[in-house]
Amino acid sequence: MNNPPLLTQDGRTLAEVRADFPMLQASENERPLIYFNSGATSLKPESVLQAMTEYYRSYGVNVARGVDAIGYKATNAFESVRAQTAHFIGARQAHEIVFTRNTTEALNLIAYSYGDAHVEAGDEIVVSETEHHANYVPWQELAKRRRAKLIVVKPDSNGTVTPALLEAALSPRTKIVALFHVSNVLGASNDLKALAALAHTAGAVLVADGAQGIVHSRPAVADWDVDFYAFSAHKLCGPTGLGLLYGKQTLLAEMAPWQFGGEMIDVVDVFDSTFAEAPQRFEAGTMAIAEVIGWGEAMRYIDRIGYDFIHTQNLRLATRLVEGLQRLDTVEIYNPHNAANAVVAYNIKGVHPHDAAGIYDREGISIRAGHHCNQPTMRFLGVQSTLRASLSFYNTPEEVDHFLEVSTKAGDFLDVLF
Amino acid sequence: MTSSSDQSNLFRQIIMDHYKNPRNKGLASDPRGYMTVHLKNPSCGDDLTVQLLVEGEVIREIRQSGEGCSICCASASMMSELLESSTISEATEVIRNFNLMVKAEPFDEEAIGDALSLQGVSHLPQRVKCATLGWQATERGLERIRQNRLAGEDSTGLSQGGHIDADVEKEENYEA
Repeated sequence: MNNPPLLTQDGRTLAEVRADFPMLQASENERPLIYFNSGATSLKPESVLQAMTEYYRSYGVNVARGVDAIGYKATNAFESVRAQTAHFIGARQAHEIVFTRNTTEALNLIAYSYGDAHVEAGDEIVVSETEHHANYVPWQELAKRRRAKLIVVKPDSNGTVTPALLEAALSPRTKIVALFHVSNVLGASNDLKALAALAHTAGAVLVADGAQGIVHSRPAVADWDVDFYAFSAHKLCGPTGLGLLYGKQTLLAEMAPWQFGGEMIDVVDVFDSTFAEAPQRFEAGTMAIAEVIGWGEAMRYIDRIGYDFIHTQNLRLATRLVEGLQRLDTVEIYNPHNAANAVVAYNIKGVHPHDAAGIYDREGISIRAGHHCNQPTMRFLGVQSTLRASLSFYNTPEEVDHFLEVSTKAGDFLDVLF
Repeated sequence: MTSSSDQSNLFRQIIMDHYKNPRNKGLASDPRGYMTVHLKNPSCGDDLTVQLLVEGEVIREIRQSGEGCSICCASASMMSELLESSTISEATEVIRNFNLMVKAEPFDEEAIGDALSLQGVSHLPQRVKCATLGWQATERGLERIRQNRLAGEDSTGLSQGGHIDADVEKEENYEA
C-alpha cells in the first residue's frame, strides 16, 4: 500500500507542511506531540498567528469607527474577510456572512431570531439523533419556548440522514430542519443539497451545522441552496473565538436582532432604537477583530494547501488507522465506513475510555475520550463514552503506526500511575 | 513512595481488585435515612452516587454506585471500605489525608489504608478529579449532616437523610 507522494496545491510536501505548525515542533512528556484531536480544534499554522500579531502590532484599532486612516485599514482588513468567507464557501454576497463567537452562537442566533419569529405552537422542528449538543439543545429549547414539537430522526447504520429518512420525518407543520453536514463522532456526511430541496418542499428552512463539514470539503452553500450554514474558524486552522454564519440574504434581511448594543444600531432615541441592516445588526459590540483577520489568513493557507490534498491525505491516514484497529480483536470501531472524514470512534474492549486515553497521553498522543459534546450519539451507539481519533492533513503514516502500537498496550492502563 | 517494582505490583493488584470487585457497590433499595450524594463531572462524564447512613457520630453504612474510569471506581470502593464504621471526625481526618496525598503534600500514610495505592495520581493532575470524586461526595454528605444538626433538623441523633445533586466544577481541578 505504497501511495505516490502527495503534494499540496502549491507543490509542497507533507514534511514542509508540518514545518508550518509550531505545535508540531513542541513536545509533551518529552516526546513529539502526536495530535489526533483535530476534531476538537485544529492546530494553527504560523502564518495565521503572524497575521493576528501583525494586526495587534501595527494597526490594532477598532473597526467601523471614525475616519482615521489606521481605522480605515483595520476596517478594510476586517470587512474583506467577510467577502473572502463568502467566496470560500460559495455564497453569493459578502453580507450573507455574520461573524459570531462560535458555531454554537451562530446556531443560537438562528433559533432565537429566525426560530422565535417563525415557529408557532404545534409546529415541528426536525433534528437528527446524532447532532452535536450545539445543534440539538437550541432546538430543544426553541420547541419548549414555542410549544412546538421536536422531531428526532434516526440516521441509518452509518450515521447518515438519507433523503428518504428526512422525507419520512417532514410534515406540513415542519418549519425548521437542523442537521449536521459531517458528524463529529461518526464522521458521517449528509447530502445537504438533497436535504435542502426536501426541506423546501415541506416549506421549511434547512439549517446546517458545518463545524466539521468545513474541514473536509469546500461547501457550496448557494448551489446547495441551504438556508443557513454555521461553522467555526478554529476547526480549520483559524483562531478560537470566531464563528461564521451564512444566511440567505432574503432571510437575514427580515430577521430581528437578538443581542443589542453598539455597532448594531441605526438611530438610538430615548425609548426606542432602529437597527442596522444585516449582517451588522447581528454583530453587537466590538467583534473579534484579530480573529477575523487570522481567519482570513487561514482561508488563504487552506487555499495554498488545497482541499484535494486535505481529502486525499485524510482518506489515506484514516484508512490506515481503521484497517490497523480492525486487526486488533481488542478494539470495537463504531464507524468503520466513514474514513473519508478522518474521525474514528472506538473503544478498547473492557477498558474505560479515560483509562485508555491515559496511556495514549503518556505516549504523547492526544486523542479525545468522553461523550464528545454529543450525548445523543452515545445513546445512538448504546455506549456511555468512546475514544475518538480525529486526524488532519498534517498527520503522518508514522504517527498512525505509533498510535496503533500504543493501542495494543491500552489494557495496561494502570501504568500511568507508576 | 519507593519505586520498587514489588510495591508498584502490590499497588496495581490493590487497585485492580477494587476496580473488578468493588466494595459496597449498589444503592440502598430504600434510601430513607441515607444521605444520598450524586456527583457528576460533566467534562469527562464520571458519574457517582454515594449513600451514607449515619447514626450519632458513627457512619454505619456507605453505599456507592456509578460510572467512571478505573481510578474513579477503585477509589470510591476504597473510600467506602475505609470509612464505613468510622466516626465522622475519624472519616474527616482520613479524607483530609487523602486530599493531601493527591496534592503531593505531606500526609499520614497509615491513615488511608488501601488508598495509598493511588499515590501516583499526585503526578497526574489531570486525573486527580477522578480519584477524589467519591471522597468529595462523602465529604459533602457529612458536611450536610453537620449543617442539618446545627440547624436542629436532626435532633434524634439518627440521620434524617437527604439528597445532594451536583456537578463538580471543572475549575476546581485547575491551579490558580
